[in-house]
Amino acid sequence: MKTFQGRVVAPGQVTAKALVSHGGLNTLASFQNALQFGDKQAKCGDQNNPDLYGKPMVGTALCLPQTIGSTTGGLVLYCAAAMGRQPACMLFSKPIDSLAAAGAILADVWVDSVTMPVVDSLGEEFLNYVKDGMTITVKENGIVEVD
Amino acid sequence: MAMILNEEQQAILNGSKGETMAKVMKTLVMYGETFGAERLVPVTSKYNHLVTSFGLKVMSPVYDLMAQILDAGVSSSQKFSVDPRPLDKNVPANFLQNLVFNKFMYTKQDFYEDQLEKLGLMNEDAFSCTCYMDEVGNKPQKGEVLSWAESSAVVYANSVLGARCNRNSGIIDLMGSIVGYVPEFGLLTDEGRKATWIVKIETTKKPEAQLLGSAIGMKVMEDVPYVVGLDKWIGNELDDSACTYLKDFGAATASNGAVGLYHIANLTPEAVELGESLIAEGAKEYVVTDAELERVKNEYPVIWKNKDATPKLCFMGCPHMSLQQLKDWTDKVEAGLKEAGNKKVLIPTVFTAAPGVLKEFEKTPYAARLKATGVITSYICPLMYMNNPLCKKMPVITSSNKLRTYTTARYYTDDEILAQITKGGKN
Repeated sequence: MKTFQGRVVAPGQVTAKALVSHGGLNTLASFQNALQFGDKQAKCGDQNNPDLYGKPMVGTALCLPQTIGSTTGGLVLYCAAAMGRQPACMLFSKPIDSLAAAGAILADVWVDSVTMPVVDSLGEEFLNYVKDGMTITVKENGIVEVD
Repeated sequence: MAMILNEEQQAILNGSKGETMAKVMKTLVMYGETFGAERLVPVTSKYNHLVTSFGLKVMSPVYDLMAQILDAGVSSSQKFSVDPRPLDKNVPANFLQNLVFNKFMYTKQDFYEDQLEKLGLMNEDAFSCTCYMDEVGNKPQKGEVLSWAESSAVVYANSVLGARCNRNSGIIDLMGSIVGYVPEFGLLTDEGRKATWIVKIETTKKPEAQLLGSAIGMKVMEDVPYVVGLDKWIGNELDDSACTYLKDFGAATASNGAVGLYHIANLTPEAVELGESLIAEGAKEYVVTDAELERVKNEYPVIWKNKDATPKLCFMGCPHMSLQQLKDWTDKVEAGLKEAGNKKVLIPTVFTAAPGVLKEFEKTPYAARLKATGVITSYICPLMYMNNPLCKKMPVITSSNKLRTYTTARYYTDDEILAQITKGGKN
């Protein structure tokens, strides 16, 4: 087991299986199919992301450097959370970007029933170490355990 | 770090203007604190711009949130423009595609447009991603602080107009405008506007705007590039031609990466004013050559089921075309058809532009000439058309790198598109 310390953007505690994107997550391209056509697993629709394309994102510990692309990104994440199609948590190796932060904060402030812990600044080593399917535990204080 | 709020802001956060307004303020404060903002600064532009223009049934959480805002009697002090409408009967679609558009996808369009009108939509034509065009009328001044979203508009406003705006998400755009303040961080600060990449253009010909933007976006991601050597190809003046190039270039940097601001040496306002002092210490370097652009283009995945399929539709205008672009393309399409001995385009082709731009275009002789070639003009967002799963299966071509990124549309350069639509692909 290896432990990483990050910064808490949205608080919470969760354990989930890792899903790793080494490139930026294009939120709109990744989630739009899932939201639009009732894919409860939220399979990633971003053709430019070979790590995630076609893989279910719901309930995973989504590990990524940052999000990229359209400025609908935050509201797409917010909608995913409001509809229960969000990852279990989002873990960023870099400092979080403005779109992902907006999505996490909108979900935290405006959606009552959902907790999606978000931790950023986990470092490049985190993304190099973590692999799909590893068990990840996120603690309230931003500690991330990878097993 | 906790932000320092003034008396008015703190009172709103404490509920002086009601619970909904307090939640709006809380959202903005959390957003600012995430990025180390120390304060909120006033939004100073005349108009706002929102990214969410589509009444997609599944986006009901957004409409519920809008309803909460309206029910609380809160409205924006600024009027606003918004991204393009998703539907237009002029754009080719078969019976089943229309059924999906009208009965399953955009069933909330009228409802949502009613919400937008109540919140302060500028006018019924204020639907375009290129709100900064003169014909639309939402063009901020240098130094003004914005609460905009729409990645292509934000990067244009920052880079070409010298306004100051972060890459805000949808909903955050509206919230900043409602409160009248945005957190001061990132691209709102002098430090955040410094370039951390130097991009050297060493091509032997004018680089395709959307391809160059894609290459730079993929390389620098969210960073600010300082581009050297592009003025050799697009000049030292922000004339119509340069602005059009930068519109398309910027949209590709923002969608293929997450660029919110670029500087073009000797051309964009801050680069002209401040020169290389805009480059941060330790900036990385990226050299763009013909071979590099070819490499980037060749790596785009083609996700058509049949890679050799004959294109069924061509979209141009993501972001929306300018008036001059429509005129230039009229000339190009006519010349291409003449050379090939054809009368009409061989692939159904749609050019998209802002409603105001299309109205101006209709006043020119070019409109009838373009119509005669078979090209259709429309105000829609091609991306929203392509979201239809039945359209997604169609082999669609485009020279928009933004459309390529978000949909199954296949990218070709402008010259290749021209050859496809006028000569069936033969150069």
